[in-house]
Amino acid sequence: MSVSKPLYIGTSKSIAARMLGGEMMIMSMRDSTFFTLNEVASAIWRAADGSTPLSDIVSGTICREFNVEFETAYRDAGELVQRLAEHGIVVLSDHPITAGPESSNAQ
Amino acid sequence: MSCCTTASVAVTHVPEAPGVAIRIGGITIALHTDNAEFRALLQRRYGHFVVPPGPADFDFQLELSQPFAGARLNDDVRVWSNGGKWFFQRGDFYAEWDQQARHGRMMHLPNPYSVDAVLRIVHTLVLAQRGGFLLHAASAIRNGQAFLFSGISGAGKTTMARLAPPDATVLTDEISYISHERDSYIAHGTPFAGELATLGANEHAPIAAVYLLEKGSANRIDPVPTSDAIRALLRNTLFFAHDPAMVEQLFNAGCRFVERVPVRRLSFVPDALVWELIG
Repeated sequence: MSVSKPLYIGTSKSIAARMLGGEMMIMSMRDSTFFTLNEVASAIWRAADGSTPLSDIVSGTICREFNVEFETAYRDAGELVQRLAEHGIVVLSDHPITAGPESSNAQ
Repeated sequence: MSCCTTASVAVTHVPEAPGVAIRIGGITIALHTDNAEFRALLQRRYGHFVVPPGPADFDFQLELSQPFAGARLNDDVRVWSNGGKWFFQRGDFYAEWDQQARHGRMMHLPNPYSVDAVLRIVHTLVLAQRGGFLLHAASAIRNGQAFLFSGISGAGKTTMARLAPPDATVLTDEISYISHERDSYIAHGTPFAGELATLGANEHAPIAAVYLLEKGSANRIDPVPTSDAIRALLRNTLFFAHDPAMVEQLFNAGCRFVERVPVRRLSFVPDALVWELIG
C-alpha cells in the first residue's frame, strides 16, 4: 500500500462497539456480524477519527506503542482497514471524512 | 412481501374474552379467547406458569383462524416494527402488538405452538429493553444459585437436565430466561421445553456461571476468552427483530453479561458425575 496518497478512516454508525478484556468487540447492526479486534487493531480503531491519515495513525500510535517498523505496520494496517471496510465497519476516503449518515467520528 | 395483503388484525380495545394469564420471568401475558377448549389447552400447556386472572403486563386477543391463504407453515419468523407497533408473522400466525398500549392481537392456527412462538418473541423484545435475553441453554438451580448450560441443538442441554441430581431444580432443558435486575442476572424457569418435554420449575435464582457445552472424553471445565464467550452467547441468543436498535441492545446486553457472569467451557461425557463439577 502506498503512503503517497493519504487514506482517512471513519468508523461506521451502523455498528456497536465495546472494549472488553483488552479487545474491541464490534457488532454490525446491519447484518449482526460479530468481530473482535486484537490490541493493535483496537488502537487503529480508536484512532480512526476520520481526519487523521492512516500513515499518521501508524507512525504516531502503532509504531510507538507496539515498537514495530513503519513499513510492515502500515501494510498490515492497510489490509486491516480494507477488510473492515468490506464489512461496513469503517469507511475509507482519500480526503478527511466528515460525519455523515454512514460514518461517525465520535468514539 | 407484505403481510398486510393477506392478514391484518387491527389493534383496538374491544371487550376482552376470558383469558389465561401466563407469568414467565415476572412478566404476565394474558391470552384472551372465547374458545373454552383452547383456553383449557393453554391451561394444560403452561401448567404452573398460569396465574389467577388479574391485571396483566400485556393482553393479547387470540383469533383462531388461518392467518394466510395457502400453506405457508415453513415460513421463517419475521418480526418488525412500524409506527410504534410490533408485527410478528410466521406461516402459522400473524400478530400485531402495541407495547405502549400493552395490547395485541394474534391470528393463528388453533395450536399452542403458535402461541409459544409469540410469547417467546414478546419476551425477547421486553427483555432486550431491560438488558436481558433468552438463551438456548438448559438451566438449573443448585445451592441457591443458577447454572446455565448453553449450546446448539445436540450439544447436550437436555442431557445435562436429565442428569441433574435430586438437589438440583431444573428450570428448562431448552431456553433459559435471563433478566437483568439491579447489578445481577437472574435465571427464571420457563415452560419452553426441549426433548425433555416437561415444564421447567417456576423458580428463579442469581446466575453463578454459564457453561458452554462440548462433548468430550472427560468431565472438565476450562476458561473461555472473553471474545469467544460473547460470540457464543450472541450465537445462542434467541433473537427475532433484526433492526439496528435491537441488535445494539442485544450486543450491549451480551457484553455487560460477560463482565458480570463467568462463562466457562464444560467438556463432559454423558454421565451424572459431571454434576460433581457444578455448584
